[in-house]
Amino acid sequence: MNWNTLKHDRRTLWAGYAAIGIVLAVLPFLVGAGLGNAWLRILNFAMLYIMLALGLNIVVGFAGLLDLGYIAFYAVGAYLYALLASPHFGLHWPVWAILPLGAVVAGGAGALLGAPTLRLRGDYLAIVTLGFGEIIRIFMNNLNAPINITNGPQGISSIDPFHIGNVTLAKPLVVAGITVPSLHAYYYLFLGLALVIIFVTIRLEDSRIGRAWVAIREDEIAAKACGINVRNIKLLAFAMGATFGGVAGGLFASFQGFVSPESFGLMESVMVLCMVVLGGMGHIPGVILGGILLTILPEAFRHAAVPLQQAVFGKVVVDPESLRMLLFGLALIVVMLYRPAGLWPSATRKRELQGGSK
Amino acid sequence: MSERPLLLEARDVAKHFGGVKALRGVSLTIRQGEIYGLIGPNGAGKTTFFNCLTGLYVPNGGSIVFDGAELDTSAPHKVAARGIARTFQNIRLFANMTALENVMVGRHQRTRAGVFGAIFRTPATKAEEAAIQRRAEELLHYVGIADRAQDLAKHLSYGDQRRLEIARALATEPRLLALDEPAAGMNASETGELRTLIEGIRKDGITVLLIEHDVKLVMGLCDRVAVLDYGEKICEDVPAVVQKDPRVITAYLGAEAQPAGSEVAHG
Ligand SMILES: Nc1ncnc2c1ncn2[C@@H]1O[C@H](COP(=O)(O)OP(=O)(O)OP(=O)(O)O)[C@@H](O)[C@H]1O
Ligand SMILES: [Mg+2]
Repeated sequence: MNWNTLKHDRRTLWAGYAAIGIVLAVLPFLVGAGLGNAWLRILNFAMLYIMLALGLNIVVGFAGLLDLGYIAFYAVGAYLYALLASPHFGLHWPVWAILPLGAVVAGGAGALLGAPTLRLRGDYLAIVTLGFGEIIRIFMNNLNAPINITNGPQGISSIDPFHIGNVTLAKPLVVAGITVPSLHAYYYLFLGLALVIIFVTIRLEDSRIGRAWVAIREDEIAAKACGINVRNIKLLAFAMGATFGGVAGGLFASFQGFVSPESFGLMESVMVLCMVVLGGMGHIPGVILGGILLTILPEAFRHAAVPLQQAVFGKVVVDPESLRMLLFGLALIVVMLYRPAGLWPSATRKRELQGGSK
Repeated sequence: MSERPLLLEARDVAKHFGGVKALRGVSLTIRQGEIYGLIGPNGAGKTTFFNCLTGLYVPNGGSIVFDGAELDTSAPHKVAARGIARTFQNIRLFANMTALENVMVGRHQRTRAGVFGAIFRTPATKAEEAAIQRRAEELLHYVGIADRAQDLAKHLSYGDQRRLEIARALATEPRLLALDEPAAGMNASETGELRTLIEGIRKDGITVLLIEHDVKLVMGLCDRVAVLDYGEKICEDVPAVVQKDPRVITAYLGAEAQPAGSEVAHG
């Protein structure tokens, strides 16, 4: 490639980034005006799910460790935020202290829950992590007696909104003469942190650590013989993945103002895993796509199911929730049949599944 | 040759699998800079010895002194850190990584970058990353597959995969390179190139421990050869002597002793 085409490529690349930047910047206003606030909330959740999917992708996609209890770390981050910034204990810690603490505590929980599973692979690992995920949820559910820590199934409400000093995202912000409503402000916050997490993931993938993760996925024995301390590198994968979950959990608590154990069930873990697998395991753009699609499509469907049935049959034949799960399962099967490496697999995965030839 | 200092001394290494005594107290000594052959019929315990040496199996008994100090074989990465690298009888590459990345993984324990360095790409990390890549490219060139650097390991030919495994092992900066049947499945010209490669590795100061069924290769290449049979070392000497040893001829070649220099079939 000569210098001129390189320069040209650079320019188109930057033009592309600029275009994406502008779209992302005006998106909440377009969505808010065109589709309403419900959709803006969904957009915000899409950002949270991108963070979760990227975190799980480190464990499942890079290191090849099938983790079915990942949502536990989301729960840890969310509950930590809720406990330290709500009337429940009367604590109102600042965000800049809670979020990093949430990341660290979730990361520690990731390593702690990862440690007993180090010798397990595949199905066995999946079952044990599933159990750990449930244990965390059950803890949240039952730690209201004898000392009330988590407030049990009722959950914790009136959680402080995201605020730094006197600037709170709960009320519309006026920035340079433009009024930014609360939902929009949360969007920018989540977008910013999602971008940070994307950046961190890209950097990690293309590093000594990222190579070690993939090496373990590809052949654990060979990785050991190459001098990789498999135990530490696996724990690091669990911890890093959990860190992202912890951050997303804290953001979730501040955004929602309410947390309860219900939000952290097995279905949520499965959902995030589907984002990773359907999007394209181990491939960052694919995982992001998976996160967006699996947040937005089910919601779109939920919104469309009732009016559609009324238009066609004159009444609601199937409950939209069960129809949603049905179609979701169908979509999973179709994607796995026709795009086994995911919707947007990495070039290498694609080559691999196309059978050998370069 | 005997004045060369010791590099490795295995004492009474034993390994049992239930009732199978794969190694019955094997002792052997490898000197610095030599090419040491380990031969024996199928199931003699050669690979098991490698696995005990490199920490993949926990031996039932015995000890190994390497480079003047006891070798801790409790974890493979500790063995690798001491300077013992290996290849596998049934090639174990990182199939979906490129050839270059495979060798770069071999640099893992000789480099330091952690999460912080990776995220912030500090000058130190950048320099280290560049050095890793440079070294990996050199090694691919060294084993003769530089042109395949960007191909996935699993798309390489069989012979190239064996070379890649050697390059990856060399990336760990070993003092002892243990090769488990590197010529298996190679044709005559590939075997010839492999021989040149192994001789070059030795010339560069790396001691080689070689398991091989190709008698011609072993006899031509090795300074000394040990013969295992049913988990026991039955002989250890220079190739010319080993070849004529009656115990070896009966144990290894069976009753119908084949003429020296022929290739022994392996299964
Ligand atoms: N993991 C294991 N579990 C049970 N038995 C084993 C195991 N590994 C090796 N063995 C047994 O130990 C004995 C020695 O096997 P080993 O693989 O070391 O032989 P080898 O000399 O490398 O043979 P080959 O030339 O066929 O590679 C054999 O009887 C084998 O069946
Ligand atoms: Mg063997």
